[in-house]
Amino acid sequence: MFASRGAGPVIAGLAAVAAFAILLETAISVGLIGGFVVAPPTAIAAALPKFFAEEAVGRAFLLTFGSTFAAAALAALIGIPVGYALYRCQLLGRAYENWIGAMFSAPLILLYPMFLVVFGRTPAVCIAMGFLVGIIPVILKTREGLLAARPVLIDVARSFGASEREILRKVLLPAARPPIFTGLRLCLIYAMINVVGIEFLANLGGLGFLVGEMFDRYDIPAMYAALICLILTSALFYTLTGRAERWLGAR
Amino acid sequence: MALTVSGVSKTFAASDGGSVHALDDVSLEVREGEFVSIIGPSGCGKSTLFQIIGGLLTADRGDVQVNGRALNGAPRDIGMVFQEESTFPWRTVLDNVAFPLELAGLGKGEREDKARHFIRLVGLDGFERKFPDELSGGMRQRTAIARTLAFQPSILLMDEPFASLDEQTRILLGDKILQIWRELKQTTLLITHNITEAVQLSDRVAVMTYRPGRIKRVIEIDLPRPRSSEIIASAEFGRYVGLLWQDLREEATRGMADSERKAG
Ligand SMILES: Nc1ncnc2c1ncn2[C@@H]1O[C@H](COP(=O)(O)OP(=O)(O)OP(=O)(O)O)[C@@H](O)[C@H]1O
Ligand SMILES: [Mg+2]
Repeated sequence: MFASRGAGPVIAGLAAVAAFAILLETAISVGLIGGFVVAPPTAIAAALPKFFAEEAVGRAFLLTFGSTFAAAALAALIGIPVGYALYRCQLLGRAYENWIGAMFSAPLILLYPMFLVVFGRTPAVCIAMGFLVGIIPVILKTREGLLAARPVLIDVARSFGASEREILRKVLLPAARPPIFTGLRLCLIYAMINVVGIEFLANLGGLGFLVGEMFDRYDIPAMYAALICLILTSALFYTLTGRAERWLGAR
Repeated sequence: MALTVSGVSKTFAASDGGSVHALDDVSLEVREGEFVSIIGPSGCGKSTLFQIIGGLLTADRGDVQVNGRALNGAPRDIGMVFQEESTFPWRTVLDNVAFPLELAGLGKGEREDKARHFIRLVGLDGFERKFPDELSGGMRQRTAIARTLAFQPSILLMDEPFASLDEQTRILLGDKILQIWRELKQTTLLITHNITEAVQLSDRVAVMTYRPGRIKRVIEIDLPRPRSSEIIASAEFGRYVGLLWQDLREEATRGMADSERKAG
């Protein structure tokens, strides 16, 4: 299910997970790690059927996936043009680059009560937060990618009479595609962390809420089952962006 | 079509606050169907002249005319092959070569047919589906040449297209260029710093001075056509090489001293 072709990498990946599970199981059974903090993998596996049967996992997944996707899509839709504007206007680019970078390392998630006030207790809070954090790497990576496009390639297009629009579509964006996709991947990661975090903190439903709920019930194996669902969701995003990048590259 | 460069001068502002007088009153004519080379030491302003003729840079003074008409930023019938690596790494050879046809609005089938024709012309058939990073430097440069040929310009302008290649590949590609030139009868201006290449290919060679770049002398290469690279062995060829080196030596020495002074 991961981006690389062939069964080899998948098998290797699963083998590593299995090896880790066995190690963990052993460590817990010999008392190296407390079983109350970390659930033994066999207990998590045993808890899965009940977890899926009793909790609305599918709906939680859809909510988290949907909110993250919406936040990232908005961030891409607005972030890529903003990155382009900062590239075109060098002065603005130099002026704002550090500010935007600084915002990236600020704990923006602490603003979530404000968003609750604005949007009420709806998934819009998660989307808005995810968007706010996710747009930053999109802007920075888009600008960086465009700046790194080799000038001679632009000259080639110009020598064939290409318009500015054609240069953007056929030279600048393809040249900047790898960094832009790096930006989008970072965007998805940060958007998801924030979406899940707020679901957890503000009891807004979704997988984040489910993790918190299981913890409140002190059902540790189920809590880890919910976490595994989260990891799979993020793996799904990773695969999807890889697909999208290759699809764009093949055109 | 004939290409006329008259009185072109260009000065750049240098990063240290001073200025670089790159070109000074350069005039040159390339007649219809003629193959002319410009040779000069490194840093003498060849690429600057290339960009001005191609319309990517504006001259401070002077102008460039095609068939007697000045081109002021108008789209021009000049195809450019760049000194640097210039293939699009995300496009296959076929899509690279079809690029100007795509801009011209040709349909997929038509532009691919045309592109294949020019790929064959530069001897890259069989590599249509390869990406540039799967090719050698010489093949990449041939892709760039095919792409410019596909633009079907009546004037072909090349800036050291083989500079990054080894001597043998360079000589063999020279043969290829001559063969294409015979076939397409394009007016061709080649910029180079390689004396052998200039003599092997040209009807006339213009020698440029080191900064400011001026045309020092134009030498007629009166060797028989059609030529092949075997001509390199002839005494006549050697005489032209010697003649050009006499002119160039002084300029190259000045250029070297200049760059050593900068480094020191
Ligand atoms: N955009 C620019 N700004 C400032 N100086 C420039 C610029 N372009 C070229 N120069 C300077 O003008 C001079 C001529 O440069 P040019 O690239 O035309 O030389 P060249 O003959 O093509 O050299 P080479 O043989 O190395 O390709 C050089 O000293 C270069 O540093
Ligand atoms: Mg040059």
